[in-house]
Amino acid sequence: MTEPAFSLRTSGRLRRRQLVSRMMGALAFGAALLAVAVLAIVVISVANRGASALSLDFFTKNQAQGFNPSGGGILFAIVGTGVIVGIATLIALPLGVLVAIYISELAPPRLARVARLALDITNGIPTIVIGIFVFTLIVAAHGQSALAGSLALAIIMVPLIARATEEVLLLVPSAQREASLALGVSRWRTTFSVIVPSAMGGVLTGTTLAIARAAGETAPLLFLTSLGASSYADANPLHPLQSMTFAIFIYAEQADPAFQAKAWATAFTLMCFVLVTSLAAKLAMARYRKKLEG
Amino acid sequence: MESSHADKNAVFRRTRGRLDRIGDPALKAVTFAAAAFAVTVLGLITYELVRGSRLAFHRFGLGFLTSQAWDTIHNQFGALSLIFGTVVTAVLAIVIATPLAIAIALFLTELAPKPVRALLGALVEMLAAIPSVVLGLWGILVLGPFVQNQLEPFLGSTLGFLPFFRGPHYTSGILTAVLILTIMVVPIVASVTRELFATVPVELREGALALGATRWEMVRGVLLPAARPGILAAVALGFGRAVGEAIAVSMVIGSQVGIHWSLFAFGDTLASRIAGQYEGASTNLQISSLVYLAAILLVISLAVNIGAQLLIRPIDRRPRRQRIALDRALETQGMSAD
Repeated sequence: MTEPAFSLRTSGRLRRRQLVSRMMGALAFGAALLAVAVLAIVVISVANRGASALSLDFFTKNQAQGFNPSGGGILFAIVGTGVIVGIATLIALPLGVLVAIYISELAPPRLARVARLALDITNGIPTIVIGIFVFTLIVAAHGQSALAGSLALAIIMVPLIARATEEVLLLVPSAQREASLALGVSRWRTTFSVIVPSAMGGVLTGTTLAIARAAGETAPLLFLTSLGASSYADANPLHPLQSMTFAIFIYAEQADPAFQAKAWATAFTLMCFVLVTSLAAKLAMARYRKKLEG
Repeated sequence: MESSHADKNAVFRRTRGRLDRIGDPALKAVTFAAAAFAVTVLGLITYELVRGSRLAFHRFGLGFLTSQAWDTIHNQFGALSLIFGTVVTAVLAIVIATPLAIAIALFLTELAPKPVRALLGALVEMLAAIPSVVLGLWGILVLGPFVQNQLEPFLGSTLGFLPFFRGPHYTSGILTAVLILTIMVVPIVASVTRELFATVPVELREGALALGATRWEMVRGVLLPAARPGILAAVALGFGRAVGEAIAVSMVIGSQVGIHWSLFAFGDTLASRIAGQYEGASTNLQISSLVYLAAILLVISLAVNIGAQLLIRPIDRRPRRQRIALDRALETQGMSAD
């Protein structure tokens, strides 16, 4: 926006008003600078400390025998995160998309509002509470397992996927929908052969964002899949499995600097994954939205 | 591609009648079931937490809320100091974060040169994407020493006459937790506020500027009042996030019960106390007390979130309609609102 062109020479009160305006502008600039600086400091200090401990062994080996700080890697945690988040995605993706289809295509407005509100509220529940919920529901009786962790992450992911999907479903031009219905195509076929395919990009980017978020979660996993998790790569979802976030949490608490180095390296790996995927997903989403909106 | 389309069409035609008869109701039923399930989960969470905390509730009743104890040896548990810690850290974080976030949003919508707006906005949002365990790790090993060696001595020497800035300096403690929470909350409030500012009609801003208002007067007179309820909702959402943060806080707050007025002291919050006890509780009563804590946390977050939703809903609809109307009006004149 351009400032109106004052032909008057500024003086007295006007000059003071403009000074105030400039000062406020400078403060706003300072705030933005501060936020970016904090991001830079966090990213740089994690990268600085983490990158030096990275090696091929770090990604391909397991924790050294007897919780030995030197040597070994975090393969077990990478596999664990992969299994836990993978299963959570398998549960949350279809569920989230179905909920979104119901809300945006089929539900009467009042029910849609209720479902939307429920999703937003679920999204606001602290993740540790969801962890405790799955703990009392399953783990208290059946013991810890990666599957329980996946369930908690799925509860966190469903609202994210559903809301992202709903948003792109609403962007699908109603002309496409109406054209299909006008040709006598039934509603469900319209949904699966016209609407969902043209919203697919949005569904995928929304899911990617949810995966990035879930991979960075620690709190819901603490009570569900942490104790007795082996430090060998294990992919059985019925066993408690380690995760990268939990490994950082444990390593960070050790006094031994060698363990802290591992914490930084794991944090660097996780941060790269989360930031790169969520940034890519956001860029893709922006481009996709522009395409749909035309 | 062509032939597969033709094949598909043939299959469609053959099966259309039969499938269509069940297809529509089936789609409706399946999607409804999914939506009903998503709604039920909320109820199930509430039910499970009530069930799980029953033992502690029978033992301590509402006195749980006013007791400071967390004694695993004598099996005495209470939430008062944790509620205190939760409220203090979340309120301080939101008090620091809100003006910062609004200023960032103003810079992003009003001042930043157009080409860098999207980039800067993305950077601020990236701050929200950093996993909390990574922020916690950074909090103990980088921010903590800075707080202990620079910030706390400085605050102690300048504001030490207040009881809030007294006592020995540690790397962890309430102050470090507040700073970490502030970093987590700023991007949330900033990105919501930015969207709100963007929905304020252009004529209103330009009208104010045309009347001779300076840019700051336009912000104070037009933008902030128009966005106020939305900003309140954004603040509530940020507060909810700060209340529920478990991992990062448990890594930097020192995890001690007791009510201390000094920001330099150790403390604990509801969420971080639960997280800190993951290695197993010794008795059923202790487990039940943890679930009780989770139930309190659920109540706080439900209240905050529903409040925020109520604040957002009405304005959510109004400006969008305004914007669409405005868009249409401008389109007919061959212009675009953006």
